Amino acid sequence: MNLTLKIWRQEDAQSKGKIVTYKIDDVSPDMSFLDMIDMLNEQLNNKGEDPVAFDHDCREGICGSCSLQINGEPHGPDTGVTTCQLHMRMFKDGDTIFIEPFRAKAFPVIKDLIVDRSAFDRIQHAGGFISINTSGNTVDANAIPVNKHNADMAFDAATCIGCGACVAACKNASAMLFVSAKVSQFALLPQGRIEATDRVLNMVRQMDDEGFGNCTNTGACEIECPKGISLENIARMNREYLSASLKG
Amino acid sequence: MSGMITSSIARKVAMALSGLFLVLFLTQHFFINITSVFSADAFNAISHYMGTNAVVQFVAQPILIFGVVFHFIMGFVLEIRNRNARGISYFSYNGSANSSWMSRNMIWSGIVILAFLGLHFYDFWIPEIVHKYVESHPDDSTRYFGEMVAKFESPVRTGLYVISFVFLALHLLHGFSSSFQSIGFNNKYSKGLKGFTVAFAILIPLGFVFIALFHHFNQ
Repeated sequence: MNLTLKIWRQEDAQSKGKIVTYKIDDVSPDMSFLDMIDMLNEQLNNKGEDPVAFDHDCREGICGSCSLQINGEPHGPDTGVTTCQLHMRMFKDGDTIFIEPFRAKAFPVIKDLIVDRSAFDRIQHAGGFISINTSGNTVDANAIPVNKHNADMAFDAATCIGCGACVAACKNASAMLFVSAKVSQFALLPQGRIEATDRVLNMVRQMDDEGFGNCTNTGACEIECPKGISLENIARMNREYLSASLKG
Repeated sequence: MSGMITSSIARKVAMALSGLFLVLFLTQHFFINITSVFSADAFNAISHYMGTNAVVQFVAQPILIFGVVFHFIMGFVLEIRNRNARGISYFSYNGSANSSWMSRNMIWSGIVILAFLGLHFYDFWIPEIVHKYVESHPDDSTRYFGEMVAKFESPVRTGLYVISFVFLALHLLHGFSSSFQSIGFNNKYSKGLKGFTVAFAILIPLGFVFIALFHHFNQ
């Protein structure tokens, strides 16, 4: 496959970026998208040019490191996959592919396609945990009965890898799908109920402080989420937040 | 509680509740208007009651106006904040891959509805206020039907009303079921609610279109 790539290049956080066009030939349809960028970078290195900076780590779809807005969609045109799992067979010979960083004021560009997603870490620090006494007297988690349906829903919410595709897809750059998944995975379990009130209030406050937009229920986040996190989590977070606010 | 008032979730809940309130008003407005197709006397009687009842005039009407103004102002505030949250726009954006046109363009359908409300107030509400509270006219419970029908004589005005109702349908197609999601309602009944939303969002505006065209062609 011969392709034209239009890639966002930005020297650093302070620089003004621009779209740069590259031609790349002999791309195998069996390559992953990141393999294809590796191939481009090899060519750029050989020419003495600065390679394209992008985030990646496990390349197995579980670490949440890779990002990329590909032809206007986070993680590209395939469904239920991260960029590292996207294969070049999803494109046709002669295609032009736009590759941009995830865009949000709360995700500033560090270089090229790499954005700073530490806003998600700060939201997690604000309440995305449970306090456990680990002094040796910890009660076995299995000693507390958990309704199977709730356990399944909590697990589904916990599959969120925090990649930020929800923010990138949302026209408002809202982080509510991410935050609601983190709120839900604990809210649905008895171990998480103890701190549920403070958790949702603190996490939502941090989310707002980071400058993410408001959710308008377009559902784009759910469609583009590589882990299929459901909008039900946002409704649950809204209920949790209203209930916590009235209590507090 | 102070955080609740300014939080993003509180804002979306406020938008949802004011929207649902306006949906209720829209429904009762439709059922009053549709009587004009069947009986001029019934339309006159209901209009006279609504126009002279103290509770409707001095309690319900101010609440309604507050609801309308609040919904529009909050809509603009959220739109500005949301545009700011994106920062730099994408060169390539494929919104139709993951969301409906209606859900992405609530601000534009809302602006058309706002413009329509301006026209509607100019046509009916302001003349009614002038008639009742500024000028001194003897009470006449039979004037409403004739005044309303006269407005639909103009093909331009009728056309503007029809276009506005199309945008109202687009606004409702996303807004109605979305309001329930905002207040935390997402369960086994949500699929049925979405079906009801489609039916409501098409039938009520279509009914308003029918009423406007009926009176235009029955001059």
